[in-house]
Amino acid sequence: MQEFEYVAPTNLEDAIRLMAEKGPRAKALAGGTDVLVQLRGGRFQIDRLVDVKKIPELNELSCSETDGLTLGAAVPCCLVYEDPTIQKLYPGVVDSASLIGGIQIQGRATVGGNLCNAAPSGDTIPALIVQEATAIVAGPNGRRSIPVEDFCAGPGRNVLQEGEILVALHMPPPKPHFGANFLRFIPRNEMDIAIANSAASVLLDDSGQNIVSARIAIGSVAPTPVFARDAGNLLVGKEANEASIEEAAEATKKVATPINDMRGTIDQRIHLVGVLTKRALRTAISRAREG
Amino acid sequence: MTTTTDKGTATPGKYKVLGTRPVRHDGIEKVTGAARYGADINLPGTLHGKVLRSPHAHARILSIDTSKAEAMPGVRAVATSKDLPIIQKHELQFGAGPAARVLAENDLADKKVLYKGQAVAAVVATSPHIAEEAVGLIEVDYEVLPTVLGWREAMKEGATLLHENLTEKFTVSRAGAGDDTGNKGNTATHLQLKMGDIEQGFKEADTILEREYNTQTVHQGYIEPFACTAQWVPDGRLTIWTSTQGIFGVRGNVAAILDIPESMVKVVPMEIGGGFGGKGTGYMEPVAAVLSKKTGHPVKMVMSRKEVFEGTGPSSGSFIRCKIGVDKSGKITAAQLHMIYEAGAFPGSPMAGGATSALSAYKIDNVLIDGYDVVCNKPKTAAYRAPGHPQGAFAVESALDELAELVGMDPMDLRLKNVAMEGDRAATGVPHAHVGLKEVMDVIKAHPHYTAPLGGPNRGRGVATGYRLNGGGSGSSATINVIANGTVNLTTGSMDLSGTRVAIAMQVAEALGLSAEDVTPQVVDTDSVGWTGGSGGSRITFDTGRAAIAAAQLVIEQMSARAARLWEVQPEDVEFVDGTFVCTKNTEDKYSFKELAGRLMATGGPVTCSAMDSQGGVGGALAANIFDVEVDPETGKVDILRSTVFLDIGQAAHPSYVEGQMQGGTLQGIGWALNEEYFYTPEGSMVNSSLLDYRMPISLDLPMIDCVLIEYPNPRHPYGLRGAGEHPIIAPLAAVANAVSRAIGTRMRTLPITPGAILEAIEEKNATN
Amino acid sequence: MADKIHVHSTINGTEVDFLCESRESLLEVLRDTLGMTGTKEGCNDGNCGACTIVLDGRIVDCCCVLGVEAEGKSILTIEGVASPEGLHPLQQAFLEEAALQCGICTPGFIVAAKSLLEREPDADEARIRHWLAGNLCRCTGYDKIIRAVLKAGEMINQGDGGRSSSAAGGVGAADSRDVYND
Repeated sequence: MQEFEYVAPTNLEDAIRLMAEKGPRAKALAGGTDVLVQLRGGRFQIDRLVDVKKIPELNELSCSETDGLTLGAAVPCCLVYEDPTIQKLYPGVVDSASLIGGIQIQGRATVGGNLCNAAPSGDTIPALIVQEATAIVAGPNGRRSIPVEDFCAGPGRNVLQEGEILVALHMPPPKPHFGANFLRFIPRNEMDIAIANSAASVLLDDSGQNIVSARIAIGSVAPTPVFARDAGNLLVGKEANEASIEEAAEATKKVATPINDMRGTIDQRIHLVGVLTKRALRTAISRAREG
Repeated sequence: MTTTTDKGTATPGKYKVLGTRPVRHDGIEKVTGAARYGADINLPGTLHGKVLRSPHAHARILSIDTSKAEAMPGVRAVATSKDLPIIQKHELQFGAGPAARVLAENDLADKKVLYKGQAVAAVVATSPHIAEEAVGLIEVDYEVLPTVLGWREAMKEGATLLHENLTEKFTVSRAGAGDDTGNKGNTATHLQLKMGDIEQGFKEADTILEREYNTQTVHQGYIEPFACTAQWVPDGRLTIWTSTQGIFGVRGNVAAILDIPESMVKVVPMEIGGGFGGKGTGYMEPVAAVLSKKTGHPVKMVMSRKEVFEGTGPSSGSFIRCKIGVDKSGKITAAQLHMIYEAGAFPGSPMAGGATSALSAYKIDNVLIDGYDVVCNKPKTAAYRAPGHPQGAFAVESALDELAELVGMDPMDLRLKNVAMEGDRAATGVPHAHVGLKEVMDVIKAHPHYTAPLGGPNRGRGVATGYRLNGGGSGSSATINVIANGTVNLTTGSMDLSGTRVAIAMQVAEALGLSAEDVTPQVVDTDSVGWTGGSGGSRITFDTGRAAIAAAQLVIEQMSARAARLWEVQPEDVEFVDGTFVCTKNTEDKYSFKELAGRLMATGGPVTCSAMDSQGGVGGALAANIFDVEVDPETGKVDILRSTVFLDIGQAAHPSYVEGQMQGGTLQGIGWALNEEYFYTPEGSMVNSSLLDYRMPISLDLPMIDCVLIEYPNPRHPYGLRGAGEHPIIAPLAAVANAVSRAIGTRMRTLPITPGAILEAIEEKNATN
Repeated sequence: MADKIHVHSTINGTEVDFLCESRESLLEVLRDTLGMTGTKEGCNDGNCGACTIVLDGRIVDCCCVLGVEAEGKSILTIEGVASPEGLHPLQQAFLEEAALQCGICTPGFIVAAKSLLEREPDADEARIRHWLAGNLCRCTGYDKIIRAVLKAGEMINQGDGGRSSSAAGGVGAADSRDVYND
């Protein structure tokens, strides 16, 4: 591995300064399960690695029915999916956090890091999008909020500017009759990069029969995860039944633009996106009816 | 669940120790992390070596400039092919010249690189990180040549040649030298096996099935990467600590490559973290030795996982055309195989293994097998558990399943109709010995799994058998030393990949009337035990066991003589029965082994006995798998619901470790069938050289694996043992393919059977219906 | 030469100080600096679990942790699983169930399974398989490993600390009495 300077600031201002000083030659380290592997593989050259795990704001984990979920960027996946309130209120996020790697990876990897890594196949990203998550970012020019669907710029690239650090993810408090689900397709039963993935969330009316609003997001089928805005909007006012699900899935397939690579073909991925979106919608609807 | 059935004609042994399940002797070290594997040694002053590997699949090496690397602080030396004496003394040629010359070329390339990842140079430095950085500073001038990626390109008219001096050998026997046809090309060997009259045989068939099967390059997947340390003392001997399947092979090869006497080399076996045949070849030992000589320090070299994939020997990708004809009764009247195996950069694929085994469990009068060993720009293949057999069985056992469906016959009935009996000739012309092929097939057919309801839609059951004939007999040595407290030390040179230490110790215990715990086995270095062939070919429990039993017989002889002395009778008046020395002249005179052991020093001194065995006779055996699978028709995902594996083991020494072999071979077969493959760019670069994208089965991917041990004793072993190491990987490929094919209603003939391939097959089937 | 950083941590209950470069992984530190070679390297990128350790109560692949990140943390490796009184029930069960063949993956599995059984001694087959999905084995087919973990769970539930030595099998138990009969 290349040599680098390791620093572990204990407050956000220092961290921003340490990052800004080195610009593209600095990288933030949270769980390390992507960054260290990439460093070892020579994917980028840096002078400084900034360990963000000692910064209090990045370790915040609070979840309530009134304030929603604030998920610090350095909080490992295991703390997310072990939390009973998060399990109840944000099942889609729990779905995805428990799918990244195996238990060992989940003991270190963070949802924030998964987002910043900005892989097209990033398992948490579609789940965050359908939960209306926003990324709270801090940098030399102050703070800003970025909807997660706007966070990724290309394969492995995010919209963070030099010196900026992801502080936390925020999701609004869930409304009654809301349900979400994340699914991915892999050839084995764990440990793989998704060939395709899909997340769906729905908000039903009091009768549980009709869809008030819906969000669908898909991954591994484009340079970045895709927020299938139109496909979700299609469902507004419709009955929550198979016909609607089918229609939304077909519309979702239209915004998938996958490539052929060693993990899958174009046809296979588009087909899978349709299948997974249907299944995710069905589960989201049944969770919404229970909630 | 494990069941054991006695199906042999020999008297079933009533053994005291064999067949029980003692805790293995090296167990505590292995569960506490104390056992030392290849990379677990750190001598004082150790320097660290790293290898520069070719980025090109096919290129001439014009020049290598190591000056920048050598100038880097912390770097102590570099090595290239110039430093390997055998390369300087001998041209690279095939079928002539020292065998180790080809190995040396694979350790450090000389004039050409023939696969991406081939070793070109090496650096040694004070830390592995510095060595890695220094490798990046070596400049190599390559003249890139066209890539000949696989057999299709290699066998085309006008294909680029990998070796200018390679001519095709034609042979009708696996072991024969064959005839040089003089044809230059990328085909190294054409093996042809013939019996009867193939044309006539097909004329007699009522139904003929002809199909083509493809498999990809796969890796053994041992979890421990190659690791070795070499210390070449100035003006002295070279000691190598390494994780290998054969210390004497390493000693011989290293000595030949470095042009030094074998007696100057000592090879110390570390524990080995998996081999499966792949560690029967070494790669870094001579390089580490050269670097140690140059620096005067021990040099340690450990491969990364990427290097393991790209720089060691996987198994062959293959193409097999299989044509089988049956008459109305289901009797096979003719069978023909056209088999192409990719050897990688240098000749030596396991094509002959496939050719001599795929049809051999069946009595077929008219057979024609043409096998081709073809070089191409991939890593030189290495053995992988029954080398060549899984590919051949995939084709034949899939064809038989499809044929059974076609003619409306039960797949096991079709096999039973054609099973070979003792005396029937295999395709090699060699008559079968006393092998329980039919008996094993009967057990399979009678097993509850064979007829259990599938229990749901989108499910299928697949069965397949796999046959292997092992020779063994490459030579094993053993020494037994008796300890005064009635226990014994057992010394062998057989690396323990899988529990052979305990299996051999149990045979000694059986012979001496001791408990397994009273035998202390150790695996020692090349200075400390007689020459012993490598651990492979399913031979260790058999061959080294026989050697150990022979040593035990000598112990009994010597101790009987001591008892005779004590009783003042002749040695022939002493018998050893049930672990006790008895005087036939006066049956009240008895010594237990323990009592007599305590008297050895007083009766002449210690008892130490060595023996060797090279007779061979491991023999043939059949293994089989039944799988139930469920396929998700919307995604192509395959779930394995139930798995039963069968093996004729002769007599299980330690049943748990036999089951372990059966379960492990099954797992590798599942991976080979469903998910594993080397994925290449057209230029010959492997893009999935990590355990993330080279997908080996995880614990969530399979259910429990039920084992049925069939004991049909091997007449060539005192206790009836057969080998277990390789057979279990042969049948699963076809068994999985048959199960998936039956689940989705269309045949899968290319491995791996990925979800994407299944979706395409389902779509094609639906389109044509 | 890169500067070395002084790290203080607790390993298997003992306070340990070591020096490491910032680029050295905790796996390298354990194996090469501290000589604790029980933790193995299989892939160096978090895909095989051979380097599983417990870090502040969580199992992690320590190839994906830097040595410097161990500052102030508590680490358990395979070397710390047994106690002076004897083997842990998992180690005992692995031996009795023959849950290892080459043994290279065994330390990672034992550390990972120990963590599971501490949380869920009643874990069933499905849960065990899920928990161990990040540990690769190429020799056993996982069958006997799962059985060993189930057995260890039973042993722990029965209050059998399993602290008996391997003398249950008797193997390796040294007989230190050198008896010379007259």
